[in-house]
Amino acid sequence: MPLLTMERVSVRFGGLVAVNQLDLEVRQGEILALIGPNGAGKSTVFNLITGIYRPTEGTIRFREEMINDKQPHDIAMRGISRTFQTIHLFNELSVFENVLIGAHTQGKSGLFGALGGFLPAKRREERSLASLARECLELVQLDSKTEELAKNLSYGEQRRLEIARALAVKPSLLLLDEPAAGMNPQEKKELMELIRQIQASGISILMVEHDMKFVMGLSDRIVVLDYGAKIAEGLPEEVRFNPAVIEAYLGKGVSGQC
Amino acid sequence: MIGEYLENLVNLVDAYYLQIFVNIGIAIILALGLNLVTGVTGQLSLGHAAFMSIGAFTGGILTIKLGMPFSVNLISSGLMAAFFGVLIGFPILRLSGDYLAIATLGFAEILKVILLNLDITNRALGLSVPLPNTPIPLPIYVWLTVLLVIAAMILIQNSRFGRALRAIREDEIAAETMGINTTLYKIQAFAIGAFTAGLGGCLYAHFIAYINPSDFGFSKSVDILNMVVLGGLGSIPGSVLGASLLTAAPEFLRFMERYRMLVYGALLVFLMIFRPNGLLGGVSVRQLVCKALGIKPRPRQSLSTDSNMEGRRVK
Amino acid sequence: MFWQQLINGIALGSTYALIALGYTMVYGIIQLINFAHGEIYMVGAFAALVFVMIFKMNIFLAMVLAMAVCLLMGVVIEFIAYRPLRRSSRLSALISAIGVSTFLSTLVLLIFGADAKGFPDHVFPVVQIHIGSAEISSLQLLIIGISALLMLSLEFIVHHTKIGKAMRATSQDYTTAALMGVNVNLVISFTFALGSALAAAGGVLVGIYFNAVSFNMGLMAGLKAFAAAVLGGIGSIPGAMLGGVLLGVVEVLGVAAGYSSYRDAIAFAILVGVLMFKPTGLLGQKIQKKV
Repeated sequence: MPLLTMERVSVRFGGLVAVNQLDLEVRQGEILALIGPNGAGKSTVFNLITGIYRPTEGTIRFREEMINDKQPHDIAMRGISRTFQTIHLFNELSVFENVLIGAHTQGKSGLFGALGGFLPAKRREERSLASLARECLELVQLDSKTEELAKNLSYGEQRRLEIARALAVKPSLLLLDEPAAGMNPQEKKELMELIRQIQASGISILMVEHDMKFVMGLSDRIVVLDYGAKIAEGLPEEVRFNPAVIEAYLGKGVSGQC
Repeated sequence: MIGEYLENLVNLVDAYYLQIFVNIGIAIILALGLNLVTGVTGQLSLGHAAFMSIGAFTGGILTIKLGMPFSVNLISSGLMAAFFGVLIGFPILRLSGDYLAIATLGFAEILKVILLNLDITNRALGLSVPLPNTPIPLPIYVWLTVLLVIAAMILIQNSRFGRALRAIREDEIAAETMGINTTLYKIQAFAIGAFTAGLGGCLYAHFIAYINPSDFGFSKSVDILNMVVLGGLGSIPGSVLGASLLTAAPEFLRFMERYRMLVYGALLVFLMIFRPNGLLGGVSVRQLVCKALGIKPRPRQSLSTDSNMEGRRVK
Repeated sequence: MFWQQLINGIALGSTYALIALGYTMVYGIIQLINFAHGEIYMVGAFAALVFVMIFKMNIFLAMVLAMAVCLLMGVVIEFIAYRPLRRSSRLSALISAIGVSTFLSTLVLLIFGADAKGFPDHVFPVVQIHIGSAEISSLQLLIIGISALLMLSLEFIVHHTKIGKAMRATSQDYTTAALMGVNVNLVISFTFALGSALAAAGGVLVGIYFNAVSFNMGLMAGLKAFAAAVLGGIGSIPGAMLGGVLLGVVEVLGVAAGYSSYRDAIAFAILVGVLMFKPTGLLGQKIQKKV
């Protein structure tokens, strides 16, 4: 049983068809890469899955349940979390608090819980959220920077903080939007290691990435989008030599490896 | 017995200073409520005075018509204002930023016009509110409320709920994708802000003894906003300081009385350009206290990020 | 009766439209609600009053000079209170704008006092012209005529001049326009200048129409004009004109129908209604939120 299924999903903005009749499946425990030229609709797919956009047609199911018309926060509560292509951290808050907010789904107390914040049960909840946050920060090796403001981190650190925050949601499906963008080779290597570790902990991953070496080295399967439609799907080695893919990336009349 | 003792205590204080002291208390309550909405949650409200007027008229009318115990009266005023907060907040909190600000202002003006046309509020003539029947003197009531509101705000800011509000201020889309129901949280913040404004309004009505819908117009809302911005958006000590300074200043600086609004206007521009964090923004009061006492501040536990003590930059 | 109210409404609405244009242009370019815009309109009315009463000028000359005064003021306000905040959050800029608004209205209160002032009676000869059962005064004709003239000039500037093209480019995409060599600072100053001059004209016309100029006329008129801009679709110039006239007509008809004590609430009810149900307004474009 696949974790997430998209069936014939389309989305239109005015006259523009951003995603066209897309079928997509994320299987339990895999790393699936979504690739394609700029403007192919990859980030739109993420926004559809996380409820920021509504599909014009088609269905999106997560663990058999239809999530088409769910709000983004409902979808997060069900176990899908994400990072953003353009970093969306809580800039003026500390690194630690960023991740604590990610752990929101793991707590219960609301307004009245807040007013009873001195009660033992509430303090216990806070402690458990804090220890979850600390674990996530250790995993991405930011545990030495907990008190810094998110905006003061380096670019690579900010990307890792986004991952830590998304992990604190305790997702079963993690969406990574260009996780390696702007990183140097060393950082990329560490990031690959991190993503493998996340996979090993039982979380399925769907990622958008432009760095082919990164994608080929990490993914179990690859889906290729162009103009919002799927043009290829398969194992990394199958996709690599697929003529349609090469054409989409390099244009007609060019052959060779990508 | 205790009431009598307190009564005597209050009577010891010079009436003029007592009045300033009480006005400061009421201002703190109002500022803290707006701080939660605008400073912590990042939703600019230009209609805070409208919720104050609901509290003032509810409290005043209850005292006049029903003569209920003052505590019941006070809480009813807060609840009534909170009810209106939810009623108004529900449709408009989906709007973002400046649209929201204008919509709150629009609702505040509509409310003012309605209150000016109702018989129960005595139309444009305003309402004289008799002294309430309280076991303890009103000034003590005011300051007890101040302490309770401060305590509640500290608890809120240090909780999962408060963190969610800050997340909304920082980045609403990211907050949603972290599982935060931003609409619901914004409405709750709005309701608490309205509730405290209602408390402040009720206390104000009984202390000043006369209320008129025109007293709760746009300039009153700007007054309160000024207190919050001066102190530092998001900072509880900041709001307390801002409310105290701006309430006391016109009393002590005579020239300020005439030029008050002129100075306030210029102050807002000046603050935004040169000190957007306000007076106490980015200042940790705990660290300052430790320094003054000569203690080395404890390295912060990660759990209590102490964020209630720090103003954050305007988002 | 209806036609009479319609004429009154269009005259009033034309002045709303003049103010609304300033809001909509500024918002179109830097996404700021220029809260001080209503005060510029108020200052415009006072400036003309001073020119007429003290310098004994002709009302038309006074109006042109008042427009010049406000044009300068608009540019100065942008330079002092908004430009340093262009990289800050929108909340900071909005709070700064509220500060400017409070400052200006208090300043005028301190100089001219709280009482409403009027233009002298002879400032513009009022003649009633009968059209069927309704009548239109020469003053209403003047208001509608000047408003129409100013709006047509604005349309010309925006669509047929180089700076107009730069304005349109900047409102489409601020950064790209700057990269393409558009002097964005100049465009913004120019936008404030245009908007403020139009608001001043509106202030003078309203001052003559109601024969009342007071320090607190800016807030309400500004808010109503903003409501008009939102109704028409903020950022859209024809929208601001349409919204202004519509709002004026609805308000006048509302008052005629017996809701005069709720006069000011009508505009806000429309504002809140539009914001809630069709935030893009009548002629505005839908903006897809970007992630």
